Amino acid sequence: MDVVSFYIFAAIAVLSSIGVIGQRNPMHSVMLLIVSFGGLAGLYILLDAPFTAVTQIIIYAGAIMVLFLFVVMLLNAHTEDDSLPAGLGPHALRFGALLSALLAVEVVWGLSRVGVTGFNSDPGAASAISSVAAIGQTLFTQYSFAFEVTSILILVSMVGAVIIAGSRTRGGR
Amino acid sequence: MTPLLVAQLVLTLVVFVALLSSAAAMVYVERKVAAFLQQRIGPYLVGPKGLLQPLADVVKLMFKEELRPRAADALLFGLAPIISATAAFAAFAVVPFGGETTLLGVLKEPLRLQVADVNVAVLVIFAIASMGVYGIVLAGWSSNSKYSLLGGLRSSAQMISYELAYGLSLAAVVMLAGSLSLREIVTNQSGYWFYVIPKWYIFLQPIGFLIYMTAGVAETNRAPFDFPEAEQELVAGYHTEYSSMSFALFFMAEYINMVTVSAVATSLYLGGWLGPFLPDWLGWLWFLLKVFLLLFFYVWMRWTLPRYRYDQLMEFGWKWLLPAAVINLIATAALVIWLG
Repeated sequence: MDVVSFYIFAAIAVLSSIGVIGQRNPMHSVMLLIVSFGGLAGLYILLDAPFTAVTQIIIYAGAIMVLFLFVVMLLNAHTEDDSLPAGLGPHALRFGALLSALLAVEVVWGLSRVGVTGFNSDPGAASAISSVAAIGQTLFTQYSFAFEVTSILILVSMVGAVIIAGSRTRGGR
Repeated sequence: MTPLLVAQLVLTLVVFVALLSSAAAMVYVERKVAAFLQQRIGPYLVGPKGLLQPLADVVKLMFKEELRPRAADALLFGLAPIISATAAFAAFAVVPFGGETTLLGVLKEPLRLQVADVNVAVLVIFAIASMGVYGIVLAGWSSNSKYSLLGGLRSSAQMISYELAYGLSLAAVVMLAGSLSLREIVTNQSGYWFYVIPKWYIFLQPIGFLIYMTAGVAETNRAPFDFPEAEQELVAGYHTEYSSMSFALFFMAEYINMVTVSAVATSLYLGGWLGPFLPDWLGWLWFLLKVFLLLFFYVWMRWTLPRYRYDQLMEFGWKWLLPAAVINLIATAALVIWLG
């Protein structure tokens, strides 16, 4: 049952990710990316990390992708054509194919070096690390510096966005 | 196929049907309450006291022509009401509406009156509320009409702004209860102080309750925060171009979101299914009563209070409600640490 669920969620994640880059309409790409995040959330649940799964949906699929959607909608991203964009050289297709083949070889080599892990039949072990209490404990004691610095980083980006938007309406016009 | 599994499947079906019926019942309740508040009678022709009016509405909506503007993006236009309705139904899956029951001894293990008992239920509700924004954004954009786009953008900006105050008031309750599971939050509210006052969190968190209900009303785009749907300004906002069953799906999603916000508020603040005189397995009667009270409050507010203007709405959410929620959280944390 776990294996079947794994393959289903993995297929959803991979196929929708391929769809993201294959779709011509950017709005459809954004929606397929959200579907792929849903597949990832399912995989996290299979790995006994419910908090990570739900946080993925809340933050990534729920907030960041809304931002992406606003940008795509309001900045009028055009539907792509079938043909290659102008400006690439004559050997663009061959170079791209070569790089993709190299990447595939590298991925297969890398994955073959990793041992096969089965599913953890003891849920207690994982939930001790991935329970909300445990995550909160380590986040605010061991990694508290990273946490605070990240919050300052987000504050800086928010203030910067407000200033950039404000200067265009007040000073620029 | 153990009896417990069959019972859980039947329970899921029962909850689904109950939610659908609650949407229909809310149509009737809204029209009747609105009528009485405006000193008129409301629907009275269809069935006794107009009770079959929702049925007539559903039949009318089913037989209308399904329209789509030619320039609309077909896939997203059709997908948007589905996303809205699915998110509305899915959020109710983690709400507990009763204690445990063995169905009078038929089952060997007790069946919990909840569709899915997850131990991060509060976060799941928050996550599904975030996903509900997409239905509105996509409806607004894919209709390819200026009223829809403006309504959709305003509505989604309003929803993501009020999600913050919503989440912070949830966090304060989680701090009091020490758990993210809704079932545990409700069971922590059992018992009485001085044998008379029930130990509900509304008495410990009055400000938090008000913040939660305000943010919940804003999340569901109901008055006085329904500027995105304001008929006078925007025709009908993001669902202008929809008709027939797609419109019915949006309509239903709005009512079911109201039911879910009320149900979560009763679980968090009003003690869920707990109440005097009834055994645990009949607790769902108390639950229904409390949810109905909150829904009546919702409808009452719509037909009493004037609508906020959009900039006033956003200013209220960011400059007043969010700081209030943060202060509530800090005060709760201080009290939990000092009083244990």
